[in-house]
Amino acid sequence: MVPVSYYILLSGVLFSIGVLGFLIRRNVIVVFMSVELMLNAANLAIIAFARNIGSLTGQVIVFLVMTVAAAEVGVGLAIIMMFYRNKKSVNVDDGNLMKW
Amino acid sequence: MDLSLMDINWRVILPEITLAVFGFVLLLLEAFLPKDKKRITGHIAWIGIVLSFLFCLNLYGTQLSSFKGMALSDNFAIFFSFLFLISSFFVILQSLSFLKREEQVRGDYYALILFATLGMILMASTLDLVVIFLGLEIVSISLYILSGFRKKDLKSNEASLKFFLMGAFATGFLVYGIALIYGSLGTTNLEKIFILIPLTETTLPGKDFLLYAGIGLLIVGFGFKIASVPFHMWMPDVFEGAPAPIAAFISAGPKSAGFAALLRIFLLAFSSFKPDWILIFWILSVLSMTTGNLLALWQTNLKRLLAYSSIAHVGYILIAFVAGGNSAISGVLFYLSIYILMNLGAFAIIISMGSKDREGTDLFKEYAGAGLKNPFLGVFMAIFMLSLSGFPPTAGFLAKFYIFSSAVKSGYLGLVIIAVINSMISVYYYLRVIVYMFMKPAEEDIKPVSIPFSLGLVILVTGIGILAFGILPQPLLDLAYNSIF
Repeated sequence: MVPVSYYILLSGVLFSIGVLGFLIRRNVIVVFMSVELMLNAANLAIIAFARNIGSLTGQVIVFLVMTVAAAEVGVGLAIIMMFYRNKKSVNVDDGNLMKW
Repeated sequence: MDLSLMDINWRVILPEITLAVFGFVLLLLEAFLPKDKKRITGHIAWIGIVLSFLFCLNLYGTQLSSFKGMALSDNFAIFFSFLFLISSFFVILQSLSFLKREEQVRGDYYALILFATLGMILMASTLDLVVIFLGLEIVSISLYILSGFRKKDLKSNEASLKFFLMGAFATGFLVYGIALIYGSLGTTNLEKIFILIPLTETTLPGKDFLLYAGIGLLIVGFGFKIASVPFHMWMPDVFEGAPAPIAAFISAGPKSAGFAALLRIFLLAFSSFKPDWILIFWILSVLSMTTGNLLALWQTNLKRLLAYSSIAHVGYILIAFVAGGNSAISGVLFYLSIYILMNLGAFAIIISMGSKDREGTDLFKEYAGAGLKNPFLGVFMAIFMLSLSGFPPTAGFLAKFYIFSSAVKSGYLGLVIIAVINSMISVYYYLRVIVYMFMKPAEEDIKPVSIPFSLGLVILVTGIGILAFGILPQPLLDLAYNSIF
């Protein structure tokens, strides 16, 4: 069996990629995908821990997180659509009406 | 998970169920009511809030627990439920005339406010990290939609996009934090975490590291949600771009809900780690106060000014986390109740000063001379501003006083000195609003604005509340002191 620390390492790497992607990329859709990557990294960690501890709670938590992520996608894409319709752009740097 | 052992007591979550039912009814009405009848949706919404309030009142003092501690009705939860329901009630009253002016009377707007309130109540009345997370997401997702409610308005779009991206980013940190805490302790129940932490049964190598990383990620996640510096960037933009009642709502309810969860997590579950996290909260508190107040000095937009003032107030409240102890917790409860009144009142005045074509600017110069033309608005704005800056005899002074004194008692004199200096800086920009309203001549001939009944009611009740609690704070203080977990 693969030790749990491998999974945690992988999920840590995924989480870091998500954070970096959020900070570096400029396309709103890609930024949003990075956020989803962060959530899925957390899911992987929870599942690995749940298996290690031998409890079902973790798996239920993952279902809840997935539901929340799906709701977030629904709302998020609608907001991005609205932004695109009015601005004709999906670049985060175009959201610059308000500063400081 | 053994289902037969689940203890189920529906009475505990009756306030939440009421809100959910009313929210869904409003969604249906939005779909099926003809356009000229939609005005009743707002009234149905506040009736739902009042019903839920009555169920909460019925639960006060029962100390019930249900769903294995995932829903409970201790006094702390009920106190916060009162706060949320009262703030949502005022926000709905503000929205009644605001939406009519915007010609956007819609049921889904009120439904989302009810859902957000439901999420806040969930956050305050649970002992489980996962339920806190779910409540937080219900609140956040409703607010993302609400802050982008003016679909054609570029600023509203931008506010909603920024709020959404920042909020989702914070959610990522929060979930990962919960994952690490679950991995190192095997539970997400706050009371069990509190019991388990001293028993060092190592199930994993590097367990302590995981736990510390998890706590750090939780602080980052909640830092975004309560908007403390350096996680505050979204707040001024959202305040400026979102519809005014929603900005008021964000500053009142969701922020208090974040503090309710933070109080339970850090002063209950991780209280034995206090020496480790106290420095982080010290730094967050000082950064929030100082940055919030200094940036507020340059603002020319009243809504942005209130956003930065709100960031500064988060700094004052975080002092209580450093101080710890029962007097600090009751200080937070008192502070939040007063803060909600002040902010909702100030925003009610902003809404009554706005008009459809001018909505979304709210510059100071539009307020020049307005206090003399509209003495009612002027006098109450002066009360709210004085209270926000902490002048006696308003309640804002007492709220600050109780938190600062609890910190002095615990020996954090340096922090309190920084906070007092910050309060003095803040007087400058709060008084500037009053100066503009009463002493600057109006640029053009302005007519006195007509105040709709519902807005006038909000201004009157919040204003009188601030003065009343400033002179007779004892009932509210006793209530806050009895509501400590």
